[in-house]
Amino acid sequence: MYWQLFLVFLRIGAFTIGGGLAMLPLIERDVVFKKNWITKDDFTDLVAVTQMLPGVIAVNMAVAVGYRMKGVWGALSAVFGAILAPFCSILLLAVFFRTFRDNPVVVQLFTGMRPVMVALIAVPVITTLRAIGPTLVSGLIALVAAILIWLLGVSPVWVILAAGLGGYLWHLLDKRRKGEMKK
Amino acid sequence: MIWLQLFYTFFKIGLFCFGGGYAMLSLIRNEVVDRFGWMTGAEFTDIVAVSQMTPGPIGINAATYVGYTATGGHVLGSVIATVSLCAPSVILMILVSRFLMRYRQHPAVQGIFRAIRPVVVGLIAAAALMMARPENFVDYRSYLIFSVAFVGAYFFRVHPILLMILGGLTGLLM
Repeated sequence: MYWQLFLVFLRIGAFTIGGGLAMLPLIERDVVFKKNWITKDDFTDLVAVTQMLPGVIAVNMAVAVGYRMKGVWGALSAVFGAILAPFCSILLLAVFFRTFRDNPVVVQLFTGMRPVMVALIAVPVITTLRAIGPTLVSGLIALVAAILIWLLGVSPVWVILAAGLGGYLWHLLDKRRKGEMKK
Repeated sequence: MIWLQLFYTFFKIGLFCFGGGYAMLSLIRNEVVDRFGWMTGAEFTDIVAVSQMTPGPIGINAATYVGYTATGGHVLGSVIATVSLCAPSVILMILVSRFLMRYRQHPAVQGIFRAIRPVVVGLIAAAALMMARPENFVDYRSYLIFSVAFVGAYFFRVHPILLMILGGLTGLLM
């Protein structure tokens, strides 16, 4: 069973390029439809939780599925499988990257690829905002967060902590207001 | 010393990265480029570009690469950075699988995440803005490539890898 968990996540880690949410359908196909390890409803719940928690989504999914199946060791086998292929391929690359990075052909290649990279990061700004419901408040929060980090050099850690605290206070205010309305 | 810094930095990144993937980039960049100077801004962009074409999540790729280069070429640096990045996930996910699943619908938890979600958008935007620098945009042609890639990715859902290859080829022809 540990071996199975390791293998399933090894394949997912090795064949999802780009990472993140792109691997969710793959994980679902393997874990829900092919192996019947967990039900579709359970899977949806797990996805919601993995998105709520910090960390690499693929690793969170590996822990969630592995733990559900076989406890702590199941979780560790799945995580090990998920990170093995990316780890090895990047390590191989890191060994050679600095030597061929100054090659004129490679320089030109990267000159062309860098603006594409920035565009690829700009796209999810809009798609994520649309997914969470683009209201004036959420737009403003996003804008303030971006300016704090980008222009003022504030560490994202503080911005996230402040947002979490703000959200909690907001909830308390909401509760009090509703309580008063009942009276 | 460097080993402890690697552990601490990537543990922190793993602990505070909500939304995964692109949202991680501004935090990783903030730490490895601006704070510790383990690599240049241009090198960071290149690694992000490369990790789009290699398997695996961007966070893992960045940790493995930074761990190797920051320690002057030690595989152990990669291992420490990658394991540190995953450790918070493993610990938190196991705790959550046990307890928090029940409280997911609790209004307080919902309230906290209602505020964090838009911040994730801000994190991604900051990552894009931090990369929109002269090192990545050499002249008007860079802006042209950016615009075409943006339209291709957003409106026509062209595959990221295909866009990267086309961008690279355009760079060769320039």
